[in-house]
Amino acid sequence: MRDYVIRRCLYMVPTLFAISVVAFLVIQLPPGNFLTTYIAQLSAQGQGVDGAQIRALEERYGLNDPVVVQYWKWISGIVTRGDFGQSFQFRRDVSELIWNRIGLTLILALSTLLLSWAIAFPIGVYSAVRQYSVGDYVVTFIGFVGLATPNFMLALLFAWVSFRYFGQSVGGVFSPEYADAAWNLGKLLDAMSNLWVPVVIIATAGTAALVRVLRANLLDELRKPYVTTARAKGLPEWRLILKYPVRMSLSPFISTIGWILPTLIGGEVLVSIVLSLETTGPLLVEALRNQDMYLAGSFILVLGVLTVVGTLLSDLLLAWWDPRIRHQHVERV
Amino acid sequence: MVRTPNLPPPAPTGTGADPGRAPGDVPQRVLVRRRFLRNKLAVIGALVLCGFVLVSVFSEFVAPSTPHAYDASRTHAPPQRLHFADTDDGFELGMYVHGFEVERDPETFANNYTVDESTKIPVGFFVQGQPYEMWGLVPMDRHLIGAKDPAQEVYFLGADRNGRDMASRIVYGTRVSMSIGLAGVAMSFVLGLVLGGISGYFGGRIDNLIQRVIEFLMSVPTIPLWMGLSAAVPREWGAIQTYLAITVILSLIGWTDLARVVRGRFLSLRQEDFVTAARLDGCRSGRIIGRHMLPSFTSHIIASLTLAVPFMILAETSLSFLGLGLQAPVVSWGVLLQEAQNIHSISGAPWVLLPGAAVTVAVLALNFVGDGVRDAADPYR
Repeated sequence: MRDYVIRRCLYMVPTLFAISVVAFLVIQLPPGNFLTTYIAQLSAQGQGVDGAQIRALEERYGLNDPVVVQYWKWISGIVTRGDFGQSFQFRRDVSELIWNRIGLTLILALSTLLLSWAIAFPIGVYSAVRQYSVGDYVVTFIGFVGLATPNFMLALLFAWVSFRYFGQSVGGVFSPEYADAAWNLGKLLDAMSNLWVPVVIIATAGTAALVRVLRANLLDELRKPYVTTARAKGLPEWRLILKYPVRMSLSPFISTIGWILPTLIGGEVLVSIVLSLETTGPLLVEALRNQDMYLAGSFILVLGVLTVVGTLLSDLLLAWWDPRIRHQHVERV
Repeated sequence: MVRTPNLPPPAPTGTGADPGRAPGDVPQRVLVRRRFLRNKLAVIGALVLCGFVLVSVFSEFVAPSTPHAYDASRTHAPPQRLHFADTDDGFELGMYVHGFEVERDPETFANNYTVDESTKIPVGFFVQGQPYEMWGLVPMDRHLIGAKDPAQEVYFLGADRNGRDMASRIVYGTRVSMSIGLAGVAMSFVLGLVLGGISGYFGGRIDNLIQRVIEFLMSVPTIPLWMGLSAAVPREWGAIQTYLAITVILSLIGWTDLARVVRGRFLSLRQEDFVTAARLDGCRSGRIIGRHMLPSFTSHIIASLTLAVPFMILAETSLSFLGLGLQAPVVSWGVLLQEAQNIHSISGAPWVLLPGAAVTVAVLALNFVGDGVRDAADPYR
């Protein structure tokens, strides 16, 4: 087990490096840089820009260096000093801007994960055990619709319904009276009362996928001879199902953390834009549109790293949970 | 998903001319077709899908108007209900819609529409309307359905903020959104088949490398990455260029799932007795792959392809919705949904959300068909 953990952690290093390179390249891709956009804006407003000022700015941000040097400056700052660079647009340190938002994104993603597990587990077991019952059909159909509807559509529909029938406009994590307050119990409760909507919305697609995976796996297991044996020995049905086949089919449930996180974060980005939550989504889009490269790159980097760490956690959990996986890795070595 | 080794290998997909076939033996593809037809949801999905394909091939003809024809006096006009028979005095068969009465709100300058029961705009099939060029080639002016009087307008699904017909825009959007799904999948199909095939057939170090790349691509949160990449598409590119660029971006990330499926199939088939037999007979790799292995998982590939299209469509919709994908004047479902971005326009004109319904129905249909093909193709059921 220890070997497996160490090897799995070592695997992560090249992945993390690749993510940082991709994040940096992505922000380098658009033609021009923030300065050209900025200069164009200034000249459009009729302000002249003198060459010395441009050169000073270029010098300050290292925009004339080769890409490799720029990358090195950026990444070494992050690794050694936690310095993500400056946001051009806000004239502030990127790290000041992103951590709050990433924290909220994380809270959203985690609560969504927990919610979709809580919903998907009973439903998945039910629809596999009662295959082809009315309940199974209803659940499967709802699941399909959940998968087929883009998250942001659900958010829009929700916004419309609550505006139309309840006269409330949705949006924001905090109510106005708490927006600038320090963290206390009231603020926390307030945030919770506003957050359940996006959590439910983002959870739909993931839950639907989970139910389908659990159902398919459980169906495969239920057909196996050991189930018949256990039944023949006279085990009560519910105990039989929970004890053996469900346990066997739970592995994909755990490994979902890995593949569901990218989906959750993606869904979160879109839904937050529609519901104007103060998470990464809206700021990331704005940063990308304005070529605020360090801000956008840092977001992509941190979100990517979080996903990789999540995948690592899920792999370790899986190895702990499922001896087949643990031993398979040992045998391969 | 462990296959018991003593199960027979999948039935050979021979042709009818196979001399060694017993009389009751039915070729695999006939079996697959039968099993597919027994799945009601899949058949319904296939029919709906056919409808979408027909609409996207003949968009110009199906649309009651053209997507860019606007009428400033019809801003956010509500959908007009289609009546099939006139029961005001007696009973008269014939389609019509009621006209509007428009009042302008003196404060907000928004148009307030009330249905005017007294006016009737007759509606018919194959009517003359806005001129267009079929497939950009043949000038025509017949539309499948529309007002009989070319001077009149009907809005079956309402109008957007510029008074453009939503029905026509959704129909044209179908063409772009469906085709970007298909083109993206076609591109990821090539990537996935080649890389997944290499990975699964040869195994070893190449397999390890390709698997690492796939794991990496799957661990990156797609939406932020897609957003980053499509933000890099220059604004001044033309419609076609942007379209191609977005397709490439979508398929660059979308090929991984397919590659995994192909690899998995290759790995499990490599162990099968009939492959070993072929190898012992002295077949070359190319023949083993093409003649012995491919036929037994073509249907799986078709199923995964069908299931990959909806992801492409959803991704395109999301990107365009954010304003990072396709740009107006190109009409796609995502571009249309940009209008629905704020609560203001949704509350006044909820029908701007209708393109989202089109997305849901199309994705549902594709999912049903894909699941149906996959179940039907599984010889172990």
